[in-house]
Amino acid sequence: MKCGRCRAPAVIDVRRHNAGYCRDCFVRHCGEQVRRAVEQFDMIRPGERVLVAVSGGKDSLGLWQLLRDLGYDAEGLYLGLGIGAYSEESAAFARAFASERALKLHEVDLASEYGFDVENGARVARRAPCSACGLSKRHLFNDVAIRNGYDVLATGHNLDDEAAVLFGNVLRWETEFLGRQHPVLPAAPGFVRKVKPLIRLSEREMAAYCVLSGIDYIVEECPMAAGNRHLGYKTALNEIEERSPGSKAAFVFGFLERAHDRFMDEVDDARADLHPCSVCGAPTPGDTCAFCRMRARAVGEPLALRTGP
Amino acid sequence: MKVVLRNPKRELDVPTPPNVGRLLRDLEIVPETVLVIRNDTLATHDERLSDGDIVEIRPVMSGGAR
Repeated sequence: MKCGRCRAPAVIDVRRHNAGYCRDCFVRHCGEQVRRAVEQFDMIRPGERVLVAVSGGKDSLGLWQLLRDLGYDAEGLYLGLGIGAYSEESAAFARAFASERALKLHEVDLASEYGFDVENGARVARRAPCSACGLSKRHLFNDVAIRNGYDVLATGHNLDDEAAVLFGNVLRWETEFLGRQHPVLPAAPGFVRKVKPLIRLSEREMAAYCVLSGIDYIVEECPMAAGNRHLGYKTALNEIEERSPGSKAAFVFGFLERAHDRFMDEVDDARADLHPCSVCGAPTPGDTCAFCRMRARAVGEPLALRTGP
Repeated sequence: MKVVLRNPKRELDVPTPPNVGRLLRDLEIVPETVLVIRNDTLATHDERLSDGDIVEIRPVMSGGAR
């Protein structure tokens, strides 16, 4: 197979684009897709400071590299979730990436700074581990971004992630979640702007980008994610994609262009009814936010005795 | 030919198929879900394989909370 751009031998084929790419043209293609996403959805404006949530995996480390290469002022945040050897290994990849490039990496450790880990939090809150993990990430990513004056929080959600989440939200007609499903969530009081610059790239493209760019990342999957619903949706969508290349992109971008606006009212209603958490001050619909409630149960403390680490 | 699989990491010895695409079909792996790395270099699906090759089939699907 030849590179569709320069006719050199191809190293990666992307059926969605019906194209093969050599190393240099593929790396350029990934940069172009991120630039296009950033511009199309007005994700990052000139001079803004970006905080990239990094896990040590291919998507977040690849995103950090791509944003830096495009000239953005992007620094990293690693959240230690206390998932045994997996967390230790993923942290090592994030630290090595930052250190080799002399980039600033913020670190927050759930166990030492908040007194619990994901497994413990999930058990006491009677949530699935991925749910407790997601809650902790959403809360702490936003908290660190706000406290350190970043304008934008960038996450490594790729096309496959967005297609799988959309699939789940449509199956259950989660209309408020459908209203929130967008590559940009605008800033609001207590919320930093959140962006997903990898929405135009699949996870296979991101893995190839890392291999071809010399980015070492953790290949092993989180042991707590095995068998979760999200992976089941991805498997189903990959079967469809195999028979009909381009289906995932058509699903996600068709939704954004033709259906997303229809669900926006639900988001506006939900955000209008928020006020500061009695413990940490983050916006919440109740007296105390879900993260502080989970933490209080996990460490066995009554609520409202703590104001943050 | 040696094939290295991940999650968990393990090795298989398989009869050498003519190319990467056929190897994935024989192992019933959906191409969209993996990268194929032949002798430390990414390989396209039409790339020919030889008896002495070491091929890593690296999954790309991640799926915890993001």
